[in-house]
Amino acid sequence: MTKSELVRLLTARYPQLVARDMEMAVKTVLDAMSQSLVSGARIEIRGFGSFGLNHRPPRMGRNPKTGEKVQVPEKFVPHFKAGKELRDRVNLLPGDGQESGL
Amino acid sequence: MTTLTKAELADLLFEKVGLNKREAKELVDDFFEEIRSALASGDSVKLSGFGNFQLRTKSQRPGRNPKTGEEIPISARRVVTFHASQKLKAQVEQHSGELLES
Repeated sequence: MTKSELVRLLTARYPQLVARDMEMAVKTVLDAMSQSLVSGARIEIRGFGSFGLNHRPPRMGRNPKTGEKVQVPEKFVPHFKAGKELRDRVNLLPGDGQESGL
Repeated sequence: MTTLTKAELADLLFEKVGLNKREAKELVDDFFEEIRSALASGDSVKLSGFGNFQLRTKSQRPGRNPKTGEEIPISARRVVTFHASQKLKAQVEQHSGELLES
């Protein structure tokens, strides 16, 4: 499913909204989520999951072209952890397994 | 640090897209429900500019109860992984310096 398919599916659920409003709505939600992570704030959506940032320490890297060693500075990377409902619905064997609570 | 939740997303849809409060709340729920049901049906979700949700099938592997040390198999399962887009990763990386200072 792509963003435009998501817009189409949602538009079908809201006959009072035109597709352009729904595009705007989907863009608003995704921009707010991106902006939240960029500012260092977590995102928590009950039943779906949470987004946060993971820290990556500085490391020595190598320029693959020249073989030259370069210092890669520490940084943050986005991270997602699926919530229980999403995990259970996606799993092939729902409700199975001791680790489903992790 | 603040956390972004469905309530704030609904407020944004109310302010920026002009939905009424009830529609805004419903739309936020439906937004995540469409993504969940696509994933539950085995479809990956690609939200350009934000990131991709993909499915991975994991076969059964040996596990251990960390409390008792007892060996128990972790059953085969399907899990969701999220890969942030290059755009989102770059934006987060750009602001990493400010986040590290705070």
